[in-house]
Amino acid sequence: MNGARMTWRKTLNYVMLTLTGVAAFGVVSILFLILGYLIWNGGKSLSWSFFTQLPKPVGEAGGGMANAILGSLKLLMLAALMGLPVGLLAGVYLAEFGGKTFSFVIRYTTDLLNGVPSIVIGIFAYSLVVLPVKHFSALAGGVALGMMVIPVTVRSTEEFLRAVPGTLREGAMALGASKWKTIVTVVLPAASAGILTGMLLALARVAGETAPLLFTAFGNRYWSPGFGQPTASLPVMIYTYAIAPYDDWHRQAWAAGLILLGLVLVANLGARLLLNRGGAVRST
Amino acid sequence: MSAAATTIVRQVPPQAGPRAFLRRLQSGDEIAHLITLTVSAGILLLTSMLVYELWVNSHLSRAKFGWMFFWTRVWDPNFDNFGAAPFIYGTLVTSAVALCIAVPLGLASAIFLSELAPRKISDVISFLIDLLAAVPSVIYGLLGIFIVVPLMRTTIGPALIHTLGQVPYLGALFHGPNYGVGFLTAGIVLAIMVVPFIISVSREVLLTVPRDQREAAMALGATRWESTWKVVVPWARTGIMGSVFLALARALGETMAVTMVIGNAPTIAASLLSPGDTIASTIASQFTEATGDLYLSALIELGLVLFLITFILNGLARILIVATSRGGGRPA
Amino acid sequence: MLLALGLAGLAVAQGGTILLNAAGATFPYPIYSKWFDVYHNAHPNVQINYQSIGSGGGIRQLLAGTVDFGASDGPMSDEQLGQAKFKILHFPTVLGAVVPTYNIAGVSGELNFTQKALAGIYLGTITKWNDPEIAKPNSGVKLPDADIVVIHRSDGSGTSYIWTDFLAKVSEDWKKKVGNAATSVNWPVGLGGKGNEGVTGLVKQTPNAIGYIELIYAVQNSIPYGKVQNAAGNFVKADLAGVTAAAAADAKNIPADFRVSITNAAGAKVYPISSFTWLLIPAQIQDATKREAIKDFLKWMLTEGQKYNEGLTYAQLPKDVIEKETKAISLIQ
Repeated sequence: MNGARMTWRKTLNYVMLTLTGVAAFGVVSILFLILGYLIWNGGKSLSWSFFTQLPKPVGEAGGGMANAILGSLKLLMLAALMGLPVGLLAGVYLAEFGGKTFSFVIRYTTDLLNGVPSIVIGIFAYSLVVLPVKHFSALAGGVALGMMVIPVTVRSTEEFLRAVPGTLREGAMALGASKWKTIVTVVLPAASAGILTGMLLALARVAGETAPLLFTAFGNRYWSPGFGQPTASLPVMIYTYAIAPYDDWHRQAWAAGLILLGLVLVANLGARLLLNRGGAVRST
Repeated sequence: MSAAATTIVRQVPPQAGPRAFLRRLQSGDEIAHLITLTVSAGILLLTSMLVYELWVNSHLSRAKFGWMFFWTRVWDPNFDNFGAAPFIYGTLVTSAVALCIAVPLGLASAIFLSELAPRKISDVISFLIDLLAAVPSVIYGLLGIFIVVPLMRTTIGPALIHTLGQVPYLGALFHGPNYGVGFLTAGIVLAIMVVPFIISVSREVLLTVPRDQREAAMALGATRWESTWKVVVPWARTGIMGSVFLALARALGETMAVTMVIGNAPTIAASLLSPGDTIASTIASQFTEATGDLYLSALIELGLVLFLITFILNGLARILIVATSRGGGRPA
Repeated sequence: MLLALGLAGLAVAQGGTILLNAAGATFPYPIYSKWFDVYHNAHPNVQINYQSIGSGGGIRQLLAGTVDFGASDGPMSDEQLGQAKFKILHFPTVLGAVVPTYNIAGVSGELNFTQKALAGIYLGTITKWNDPEIAKPNSGVKLPDADIVVIHRSDGSGTSYIWTDFLAKVSEDWKKKVGNAATSVNWPVGLGGKGNEGVTGLVKQTPNAIGYIELIYAVQNSIPYGKVQNAAGNFVKADLAGVTAAAAADAKNIPADFRVSITNAAGAKVYPISSFTWLLIPAQIQDATKREAIKDFLKWMLTEGQKYNEGLTYAQLPKDVIEKETKAISLIQ
């Protein structure tokens, strides 16, 4: 063994391995930087009025984002109502009933839907819901977000249903339960932790979506009554305030960003911790 | 359980005809099957409608411009002349920059997490990186505007102009006025957004490489790094490619973060410091105000183009990732 | 819990509130948001939700029927009016000024801009701040040898309409190369900002930048803006007097549909980049409560509302115009 060559290889080994470590820690530190910056800037601007007041006229200091917070919650509720049942039922189909080719088609289509850029979904929701009734509305925003919830829900429902051991099913069938009864009373409950966390993750993902809301939910300086009117939402407010020149709006954007990120991270943390305890670590 | 307790399965004679169907419908199973089937078909319907709407609503623009749409460099609402070239360029350039930064970073991190780190640390770090993937786009945009853009303008930009900008040929990438916003800034923000995807998929794929491959290499005298780089990674090559395609597909469709830091100018320029625009950010900026049906139709055609690109990429990614996890990772 | 919130949201709808949705120009957004706020306080059951998405957006959404009324600083063209399935009326609301604002290190005062200078900068033919065309009328000021960062609107904008209207009038080159006034053009150079807000933000953050914004945005953000040379050759700073003078000439002869351009008007004291801005109201409104609310608001706007203009550096409408408008309100049915 040539001594010099050996040293070179050893050095290279050491250097490269260290670099990979640096890379990994570097990426993680970005997360902490983001959090830190948001907490620092956002925390400064959080106040009671942020949560309770409506936006003030342009250029006047103060005001809050109460309507945006409620708006985002309403949109999430709509997305959940529309997307989660669809996702759940389709997942059940794929795991329990599916025939070979049709399942393949459904899975493929769901993946396709998952990959559609959110702005394109916004265009679709605009032509589907806004134009026919000539109205921007929370409903249209909910439809757009609901469409984005479906693929993730389908995937996780199917995965966790499949993971339920066959013995459980067979036991139920042996006791005389029909297939659907088995599913409802035995399989679904067994997979419920995973399915619920999948749903939670799906909702957390759409909570932060901005692009599809730009031309569906539009925006509102006031409270939005019901679901048929435009509504403010946290992500859109962040966008509007961030690109504006008013420092006061910037501060509010930071605060809103902190809240949004906080909600999303808490949901994700909770979901993944639940999953980890269940023994399976899934990546999206 | 006594052997006599056998389940009697009622055989439903396979008859055609409505009565048989109705009889089958009585049982809850058929209803459940039907319901879930209908819902699944609903997803199919929804997606088809999406493609259909995109196709139909872009028809004015397709009819007028045809294939020239992809090459025309002009985007002129005043004279009703629309071309997608600047936006396709912007989308490709920002994604390329993002990948150039994210792939080395991501692959290195994935190697660390799968090969080197003790399992516990690896799990914790992967967990945290997955959290990074959950951060909404608009928040990246927010940070982009207030941190990355000023940094680009005051520090990174001038540094690049004075160093790499002086190198012949390469220098063309880094010259011209330095606004802080532009292709490079958008690329950097995108890189941060897609790196978690590369890491998480690559890590999983690397973990599936059989132990004996590594051990064989080490037995032959390879250093840890050599065994990783020359044996393990090539084995997982297709899966890693898949993760890159996945990241690319995500980067292409990214809207908010990009539109906040790219400068919104439909320009094709060699310099990465130049402002530009991507397909997604153009649609976001101009959709609600496209006066004129042709204008709107052109924007929707852009949406269609974007859809097709991400469709193809996602498909390829899926094939590659599945190919690896099925064990077909032998270096081709 | 979410369900309860949703129901609460529904409950608010029962209150007999009249919610009007509007969208459009960012140019008058500060005064509109003030008006809608004050009007809402006086009439708590009327909410006017105005989204400032640019004049192009206002026109588009009005044509699509997704808003109750729109707002634009560029009057709708005959072609656009022809696209509408219903008749649209223009109602001028305020007079405002578009000013060239800049961010040059060491220059905190007012620069004088000739008409050629502005056209050249936006055409890309003048690229440095110390170009003779810019330096000539600014003898006391030290202009740096730096590249000009040109900023324009990325969205469909009435402010762009006013700006390009002015440039088309004063520069043959501009007219040939870029075209007539429009809310969206193919800009020869520059970065795009979204809305007056976005342009202001960009200028504020970018050294050596120049942008065009409505006067109030420059004032509220304390950024310098320049004087512009008018048709008579004088350098005039944008202020209420200059803007009012620009409208004075046309006030008596304003066309019945109120669509008129007052840029580059004749007169010694005229500020040349002035403009009306309009609310675009459908001539026929089915919903009676909405119709009455809109008509009532318009009446309020022409009387009470005008008092708020000057506080936000918009000029009041000329008396002749107000008279004609008040009569025109009855056209809404």
